[in-house]
Amino acid sequence: MSRVGVPTAPTRPDAPLVRFDRVERTVHWATAALFGIVVVTGAALFSTPVVALVGRRSLVEQVHVAAGLALPVPLLVGVAGQWGRGLRSDIGRFNRWSPADRDWFRSAFPARGRCLRAHEGRPIGKFNPGQKLNAAFVAGAGLVMLVSGCILRWFRPFPLSWREGATFVHNWLAVAFVLVVAGHVVMALTHPEERRSMVRGDISRAWARRRAPAWLDEEHPGRDPGRCRGS
Amino acid sequence: MEERPEGDRAVGGGSGASGGDGASGGDGASGGDSRPVAGPSRGLPVGRRTVLGIVGAGALGIVFGAHVQSGLTRVLDALHGSTIADLVPGGGGFVLYTVTGGYPAPPAGFRLTVDGMVARPLHLAVPDLEALPATRLTADFQCVTGWRVDNVHWVGVRLTDLADRAGVLPGATAFHFRSFDGVYTESLTIDQARESGAIVAYSMLGAPVTREHGGPVRLAVPTMYGYKSIKWLSTISLVDRVQPGYWEVNGYPIDAWIDGRPPDVHP
Repeated sequence: MSRVGVPTAPTRPDAPLVRFDRVERTVHWATAALFGIVVVTGAALFSTPVVALVGRRSLVEQVHVAAGLALPVPLLVGVAGQWGRGLRSDIGRFNRWSPADRDWFRSAFPARGRCLRAHEGRPIGKFNPGQKLNAAFVAGAGLVMLVSGCILRWFRPFPLSWREGATFVHNWLAVAFVLVVAGHVVMALTHPEERRSMVRGDISRAWARRRAPAWLDEEHPGRDPGRCRGS
Repeated sequence: MEERPEGDRAVGGGSGASGGDGASGGDGASGGDSRPVAGPSRGLPVGRRTVLGIVGAGALGIVFGAHVQSGLTRVLDALHGSTIADLVPGGGGFVLYTVTGGYPAPPAGFRLTVDGMVARPLHLAVPDLEALPATRLTADFQCVTGWRVDNVHWVGVRLTDLADRAGVLPGATAFHFRSFDGVYTESLTIDQARESGAIVAYSMLGAPVTREHGGPVRLAVPTMYGYKSIKWLSTISLVDRVQPGYWEVNGYPIDAWIDGRPPDVHP
């Protein structure tokens, strides 16, 4: 942890970093709430034991469709305006894969807690490749769920084989989606510091040094090299 | 996409400028590159490609998924009754709908009523129905939203036979059906009942119609979408004009031919 050339400016050496700004956190939790509604009502439309418990198909369907159509709204509002700068730049980060990301995958999911800087000396950025894949899946699969769901809801213009295909896609992708989000929740439950950053916004510099060294470099070029102990 | 030259996002920190260029130790991103490799907007757009790939696969699935599903159903039929078949979508066959809270139980002393514009209203217990001439049929059960169960076996009494037994009065043109769940209703013209070969079914899949499937007695309208086959049937009324049923009020077509028209029946 060399701290050569620290400027006179009064940044505390261990001041936390903003990982998710207010807009990002609002978008995340609004989306999570809508997703919860869609999953519960979806189960009440599809799974026989839940149907037996809930019934009221027409009402459940209306809630499911309304929540499903509303799902992309928080994200769209989030990126639309001046306030969405942090969100837009994070979407850019999700999109781009650095050589370090490819190394990370080649090393087949490094053991937990292992220093990411250690991979061929290439630093991981703000998001690791697993998180980038998760984001890409949610975006792509979310679009497919939206389109196939609209075909099921407003089926009249579509040929029967498309409706069957849309049913097939919507049902199977729903299962995959729930599994992926369950994985996301498990990761959150087992990573308290990261989880807190989605509640309060900030995360410690020590975390960034360990898990997202390139991000730290990017936020503070050259000043806080964030190297691994002993690397 | 966008470069972010703006500086410090540290919570406690104000200063953006840093003179610490010579932080030495080399930034870890060496490996031949002189510039940092992990900037926010560098690298291949793998994320976008993944999204486009998923969207493309989804589009293919919508257009061609019906074929995949029917192949899958054949595989799952082989596993019928196993846990796997029950757990995966499309494996259990029917998606069981109910428009009220849960699956309704029949009232004590259940009887099916045929009334309205008839000479002799009927009140038939299940054994009474079973004593009438039976019609057996096998048909695919096709939901309007896209799922299908192939080759469902039904036994029951032809709807037109019941109507004849009750004596249809002049002016009656349609059936109106009511469910003992108190909500579900359906409609069918007398012509449609004849053309489709609709039956009042007391047996389905080789056994008495279960409560979830709409027992003790439900309608089975082959060649029409599934919602026409009203469950928990309690009353059949002959009426002078079609009264749209529950799903039809909610936007489903009143004439529910799967092929868009009646089947060509030439006995």
